[in-house]
Amino acid sequence: MYAQMVKSEATQDDPEKLKAFQERIDAGDKIEPKDWMPEGYRKTLIRQIGQHAHSEIVGQLPEGNWITRAPTLERKAILLAKVQDEAGHGLYLYCAAETLGVSRDEMTEMLLDGRMKYSSIFAYPTLTWADMGAVGWLVDGAAIMNQVPLQRTSFGPYARAMIRICKEESFHQRQGFDIMMKMCSGTPAQKQMAQDALNRFWFPALMMFGPSDAESKHSAQSMAWKIKMNSNDELRQKFVDQTVPQAEYLGLTIPDETLAWNEDKGGYDFAEPDWGEFFDVLKGNGPCSVDRIATRQKAWDDGAWVRDGLMAHAAKKRAAKVAAE
Amino acid sequence: MTKPDADLFEFLLRMGDTTLILGHRLSEWCGKAPVLEEDIALANTALDLIGQTQMWLGLAGEVEGKGRTADDLAMLRDAWDFRCALLVQQPNGDFAQTIMRQFLFDHWHLDALCKLAHHSNDQVAAIAAKASKEVTYHAERSADLVIRLGDGTEESHSRMQAALDLLYPFVGELFTFSVEDLRPDYDAKVEAILTEATLTIPDSRFAHLGGLSGTRHSEHLGHLLSQMQWLQRAYPGDTW
Repeated sequence: MYAQMVKSEATQDDPEKLKAFQERIDAGDKIEPKDWMPEGYRKTLIRQIGQHAHSEIVGQLPEGNWITRAPTLERKAILLAKVQDEAGHGLYLYCAAETLGVSRDEMTEMLLDGRMKYSSIFAYPTLTWADMGAVGWLVDGAAIMNQVPLQRTSFGPYARAMIRICKEESFHQRQGFDIMMKMCSGTPAQKQMAQDALNRFWFPALMMFGPSDAESKHSAQSMAWKIKMNSNDELRQKFVDQTVPQAEYLGLTIPDETLAWNEDKGGYDFAEPDWGEFFDVLKGNGPCSVDRIATRQKAWDDGAWVRDGLMAHAAKKRAAKVAAE
Repeated sequence: MTKPDADLFEFLLRMGDTTLILGHRLSEWCGKAPVLEEDIALANTALDLIGQTQMWLGLAGEVEGKGRTADDLAMLRDAWDFRCALLVQQPNGDFAQTIMRQFLFDHWHLDALCKLAHHSNDQVAAIAAKASKEVTYHAERSADLVIRLGDGTEESHSRMQAALDLLYPFVGELFTFSVEDLRPDYDAKVEAILTEATLTIPDSRFAHLGGLSGTRHSEHLGHLLSQMQWLQRAYPGDTW
């Protein structure tokens, strides 16, 4: 997902306080920034929300790659609106994380020096226009699976950010599917482009949910704290069950020969992605990992004089105001 | 086309091509702005300009009467048929150049749209009225940034001054096709803002010409078009 493999922090707090905290969560209370919270809850949330925010920001790049080559004015406008939404999502999420005592600049530095991650999916290249369809359809579709339940997450600012984000994400998913529909009903070359995009994005999309919960050491605590609402496998299954009929509707083939409907479980059986590749991507060895961070680093470095200039002007204004009083 | 229609077509291309090329330039910033708020603002401004392009070029196609859509005009003409101001063809450069280009353009754009909102052609007036609401915000934002960065640090000041020196020779062209003389008001407004920004307008009023007439574009335009039009050119006649 946009937050993958988020390590839960062990917590050393007073057992009485922890018990009372857990009771609030179990009762469905929202935890607000000024409320007492276990240190592990705070740190895990910073990591999770930060990773989600970074994913929104880095996620602008593979789409930005096609804004300048969008085939029509309408497609260009839609893509611009979508990328603008994503920057906005990043902003809400950084603000939510800031309520936990970490600044946006600190989180940015942690992304750039590798202490914080972004979703593995954005380390893959967007090679054709059909990839704009595949990203909306599959990547935003997968993100929605996780984000809809997170609207009920226990941390108030995160839950509220997620409510706004989900409204926009469903539009993003629809616009992606719309691009795919247009291409699948177009020329043979367009349909081939759509199939190629599905071939390349299918397994990376499945990886977004993270490895099986059997291998996920941190899930239980996060689920008890309601900062993770469903298991990785549950969400992946739901995503496959939703997406396969959509691919059939488009006349596209899911690149998985083992894919089959399983009557007993009422869902599809499907092949696991290559988890070796997933861990390589997380380590910074994705096809575009180096480029993505280099681009963000350059934006950060090139923008330093702008940020300094704006701060210096604000300081001059404050000083002038004080002098006038 | 009758002479009045041909003149109107030419005018609509100048408006639509100029907003198209500037919108495209701004969209090149995606994901690379100095702060997140600026990423959002740049995308938002680009989006407004592309929306305006759809209206101007859509009307141009109607007036021309040959069945060309806004997309046909944007994606299937070569450079010599474009009528965009040289100012907006200039590359993004650093953030100072992007913001200075925007500032110099926005204040002309806003004045032009406010006048055009009273145009005798109802469709032109309606587009201008709608666009002027968006451009009011663009002009406020770019002026605000010019002041803050001009009067910020030594480095931000020198970058903004360098951007002004670089781009000012492209300002004069904007005033070569307006229905009324907008220059005195523009000069007064722009000078007041630049003074507050502690920036100095170059003495020379020399103006490069040739973008709005299509007679001598910059070398930058062809490269921009080769990227923007690539998909439509590579797959002729496909719908997207």
